Amino acid sequence: MTGTGTRRGLSFYLLAAFFGLFVLFLYGPIATITILSFQGPEGGLTFPMNGVSIHWFRNLFEQQAVGDFGGSFRRSIALGLTVMVLTVLFSLLAGFAFRRRFLGSGALFYLAVASLIVPSILVSLGIGLLFNILGIEPTWYGSALGAHLTWTLPFGLLIVFAIFNRFNPAYEEAARDLGATPWQTVRHVVLPILLPSLIGVGLFGFTLSYDEFARTLMTAGSFNTLPLEIYGMTTNVTTPVLYALGTLTTLFSFTVIGLFLAGVMILRRRRLRRTGAAA
Amino acid sequence: MTVSAVPSEASSASAAPRGGGVRRSMLRRAAPYLQAGPLALTLLVFLLIPILTIVAVSFWDYDSIRIYPDFVLTNYEELLTSPVTWKTYLNTVKFAALTWGITLVIGFTVAYFLAFHVQSTTWQMVLFLVCTIPFWTSNIIRMISWIPFLGRNGLLNSGLISAGLIDQPLEFLLFSDFAVVLAFVHLYALFMVVPIFNSMMRIDRALVEAARDGGASAAQVVWNVILPLAKPGIAIGSIFVVTLVMGDFITVRLMSGGQSASIGLMIANEISLLQYPAAAANAVVLLAVVLIMVVAMLRIVDIRKEL
Repeated sequence: MTGTGTRRGLSFYLLAAFFGLFVLFLYGPIATITILSFQGPEGGLTFPMNGVSIHWFRNLFEQQAVGDFGGSFRRSIALGLTVMVLTVLFSLLAGFAFRRRFLGSGALFYLAVASLIVPSILVSLGIGLLFNILGIEPTWYGSALGAHLTWTLPFGLLIVFAIFNRFNPAYEEAARDLGATPWQTVRHVVLPILLPSLIGVGLFGFTLSYDEFARTLMTAGSFNTLPLEIYGMTTNVTTPVLYALGTLTTLFSFTVIGLFLAGVMILRRRRLRRTGAAA
Repeated sequence: MTVSAVPSEASSASAAPRGGGVRRSMLRRAAPYLQAGPLALTLLVFLLIPILTIVAVSFWDYDSIRIYPDFVLTNYEELLTSPVTWKTYLNTVKFAALTWGITLVIGFTVAYFLAFHVQSTTWQMVLFLVCTIPFWTSNIIRMISWIPFLGRNGLLNSGLISAGLIDQPLEFLLFSDFAVVLAFVHLYALFMVVPIFNSMMRIDRALVEAARDGGASAAQVVWNVILPLAKPGIAIGSIFVVTLVMGDFITVRLMSGGQSASIGLMIANEISLLQYPAAAANAVVLLAVVLIMVVAMLRIVDIRKEL
């Protein structure tokens, strides 16, 4: 960090201050509701704190108080995990396909990019209408799953593109020269190299699905996912139980992100050790 | 398929391996289609066909009970001749422009600090992660979390009052256009920071050195070297921010408390009233407007180098 000869002038400190304010802007509100979720039973939606308690967290788990929090949470997890697996699988496969030119590759690429640009409410409305016309009941594991994939797949595909751009084909050639079958090449050479980035794709898949609201609105059918449940609460709940829920889901998101980051770090360290041993 | 030690397909004259060879070469030719199939099928069924459905339904007729297959232009007529539509578009574009301008300044500044002023790569990674983690948490929760700040008795108001700057709580903080733009900036600044940072990390540091050696001031380096080279990232960030804001309904509904309108909200309201053909016509127009905006941005900046 030192010894590069760059002077740290006033501009550095001004920019660092700006950056600090930005981080405060990002995290300040969520930190506030975390504190407020420990309001006493008599406390309101704003400061001052009226005592400290876990009353509102307990309140959250009483079924009648705030709708079906447990059920929607379980559905969101199941949906997020399904979206994660499919996103990793589909975008990785498509990434292999795009390494060669094939009929319709351009059109497919533009379709994937369009998927990022099309406003979510259109996806929601379109799938809702389509299912309505076809007489199929929308469900969170059917129509909502498809709606979520239109949002996660383009991200996954772009990440896989970025990986393959940096991927050195010499590894594959070497494997082939040594007599590996195509499957062996993929299994023992390509996949291990791609693994950390694929974990990133999985993180995108899970969290984008877990938090998705607009695309789920018309596609979830009769059972709510967690964001729909939270949205419902915002209109009729005026107690800190809302903050308790916010604190819990944010904590859950942080845990998921932490697990993914730890996974990537462990993989990287193990690889370093292995290449270190080989050298 | 027989596994042969000799990889060449034409090496054997016997019939069976040859059949295998033909099958293998067919498989090889079909491979990209099989590999791209799941992606293509998903996007076809859950994106393309639904959008075509919207286009079709936008010409249908409806009454208060159900919708009828038909070919009428009344949905578009009513939409485009209503002053409410134009006012709502104006309002939505205003949100988009304000959010775009503010996130651009924040995104550029933050990315510039990370890319050119933080020297160690470890710190760069850590600070970059700090910026991106909120992206992976719930948008709705992040909106709700502004309530204790902006409310009548919120932190900001009580802070300003105790500082003696105001004696009445400011009413415009929560449930107003101000709150909507604030929430947009809060939610979407990341979409600017990440692509601009990515662009900046690709800038050859020698160019900056050369400009400095040539006598350019820090401001001149930013304006004449870094800014032009960061344009593709700015374009990608702008496309994200503008399309997200143009199609939004939830932020506007939550943060304005129903006092402000956007096209997405208008569509959502029509949906809840089961006026699907009207919602569909509105959606088609919105899609056209968004696509025109994106094409215009791509016209100005070539982003292909980034992909």
